[in-house]
Amino acid sequence: MSMLLMQQILNGLLDGVYYLLIALGLSLIFSLGGIVNLAHGAFFAIGAYLTLVISPYLGFGGALVLSPVLVALLGIVIERTLFRRFYRSDPILSLLLTFGLAMVAEQALRMIFGAPPLSYSIPQALRGQVIVGNFIYSFYRVVLIGIAIACVAGLWFLLQKTPFGRVVRAGVQNPDMVGALGISLQPYMAAVAALGIGLAGLAGVLLAPIYAVHPAMGNEIITPAFVVVVIGGLGSFWGVVVAALLVGLVKGVMVGIGYSAASTAAIYLLMLLVLLFRPRGLFGERMTRLEQ
Amino acid sequence: MADNPQFTRRRLLQSAGGLALASTVAAPSVLLAQSSDVIRIGHLTPRTGFLGPLGEYGVMAIDLAVEEINAKGGVMGRKIELLKEDSVNPQTASTKAERMIERDKVACIIGEISSASCLTIAQVAQRNKTLFINTGGNSDALRGSDCKRYMFHVESQNSMYVKTAGRAFLRDGLVKGKKWYSLTADYAFGHDLLKVSKRFMQANGGDFAGDDLVPTDAADFSSYLLKIRDAKPDLVVINLAGNQITNFLKQYAEFGLKFPVGGFGFDTALAWAAGKGNFVGTWPVVWHHMIDTAGTKAFVGAFTKKYNKPPENQAWGDYIAMKIVAQTINDLKSLESPKIIEHFEKGAKFDLLKTREGYFRASDHQLMHEMYTVTALPADKIKNQWDIFSSGAPVPGPDESLEVIAATKEENSCTFPT
Repeated sequence: MSMLLMQQILNGLLDGVYYLLIALGLSLIFSLGGIVNLAHGAFFAIGAYLTLVISPYLGFGGALVLSPVLVALLGIVIERTLFRRFYRSDPILSLLLTFGLAMVAEQALRMIFGAPPLSYSIPQALRGQVIVGNFIYSFYRVVLIGIAIACVAGLWFLLQKTPFGRVVRAGVQNPDMVGALGISLQPYMAAVAALGIGLAGLAGVLLAPIYAVHPAMGNEIITPAFVVVVIGGLGSFWGVVVAALLVGLVKGVMVGIGYSAASTAAIYLLMLLVLLFRPRGLFGERMTRLEQ
Repeated sequence: MADNPQFTRRRLLQSAGGLALASTVAAPSVLLAQSSDVIRIGHLTPRTGFLGPLGEYGVMAIDLAVEEINAKGGVMGRKIELLKEDSVNPQTASTKAERMIERDKVACIIGEISSASCLTIAQVAQRNKTLFINTGGNSDALRGSDCKRYMFHVESQNSMYVKTAGRAFLRDGLVKGKKWYSLTADYAFGHDLLKVSKRFMQANGGDFAGDDLVPTDAADFSSYLLKIRDAKPDLVVINLAGNQITNFLKQYAEFGLKFPVGGFGFDTALAWAAGKGNFVGTWPVVWHHMIDTAGTKAFVGAFTKKYNKPPENQAWGDYIAMKIVAQTINDLKSLESPKIIEHFEKGAKFDLLKTREGYFRASDHQLMHEMYTVTALPADKIKNQWDIFSSGAPVPGPDESLEVIAATKEENSCTFPT
């Protein structure tokens, strides 16, 4: 295998990590509430714009902490006022709701910050490259991936090893039974929306220094994130992780072997193949409430 | 008659009243169109999507132009009323153009950035014999195989961009015997630009190292950067569009690659978004805010006063197109598209805020005018977030014909099929 192809494989896997931050939140919110959150990309964009607003005062570090928290609070407000009305209804209604929400958010950003993309750079301390053998990588992306992995690990711990996680997982499987046991899912739903939407905000902060910051930036990342969720399978934490890496890998390798024009098409083809052979996604679990 | 219960006077009056009411409600624009106190101009340009940010500059600029024209008494003593719409995509652009012409009776349509949408608008304009002035679509095909008698181009064609930037690359010794590697936007504009770039580089002894077609939704360039690093080119040519250029520049700086960079298509808003330190290379533009003429200074001053930021090159396109149309209608005392076209084709000269006047070339309706290259300034010479590049001299030079950078008949020929 050529050196370049090895680099592309590694780079593709690393790229997958960004999709992961977006896709995990999408998957969580859908699994628990049945909401297909088309506005997830908008929260990503809001996270990026907040970085530009906060960092002149508190620096990039301050934005890294504060911006996802603010986006998560916004998530709670949206969950309390809008999402909760649609948990038990036809998913098509929540689809319409979040589609509209995404447009409102994009237009609001356009009205507040203007349509032209805004400038933002990697903070001085995080610039530079890491060179291992023949492989070159940006130091900033190493930091980015470190933060992303820490978040994913934290989320896994929260869902798998804590009482909070047990209720959430039970709620995903059978919300009626959770209710019958005398546990109200309401506060858990709010917490999950805050977590998922906060992660999108975090991704916005992390990608603001290397992507163009413009009102429609959420659209660039939301579609691959949905593909990741579908390939990974609903309700499966590791399914989303594996799918994110796989999507990054396929994209990177397609560019690497000279078929860049087909790199976007390839991930849809991958999704099609997975759905043909495993209709619930790679690691999707059977959820009776969604398969009537 | 009295035997017929359906035909009483009361009924007749009721029906007539109903009809009158219905026609007022159903077709208010038909009634509006008959009023002669305003002249309507249609403005269509993408305001959302990846070209949206540029389109917004076009909207701001044409608003300013109309404001200035109306403040000076309008055209033919009538005020201009602007109808502005988001063109969205080629299909929507065509539908909206049709509505503007048939329902709203606009005198002409100005705008657009996407070459694909330009074509569908031009088809509608041609069918309805209404003038369309393209202010942002670059593809040579629009001035060649797809050219239309009713379409004129204020925006330069790809050939003009390539020959303008190409001169700078030749001067810097980046072409002859040098390896060039390119990234190309995977749609009509990019394909057209790649073809023209290859023609230029080949004719001047450049050595083509490779090209990657980039899907228009790609935001991450790391895998392309690894390939470029591996290919070790002498020149990286970026034939992308919109925010992708910004993303590329930010990530090129991030990965610390040092090969000379340039492109054959550009917009200054993308340089501003990439920002100090990330913006590198030499790029061609139709106009920029630091051109040293009285006209440019006045335009930049008025625009900055109204919007708190300087105009970028797309703003110039829509502003100047509106000014050209207003001046022509005033000179001719006529709104009729065929008369305006005849006037343009006769070689009428227009002030374009540059050092020389320009004119539309009759053979393909392309505006002949000076172009410029901008070159990124080193970080320590940058004083503010807008003035981050230096300008090259106008191309063509003062002693040359304005047509030397445009495509020749052999390269791109237009026959105006009817």
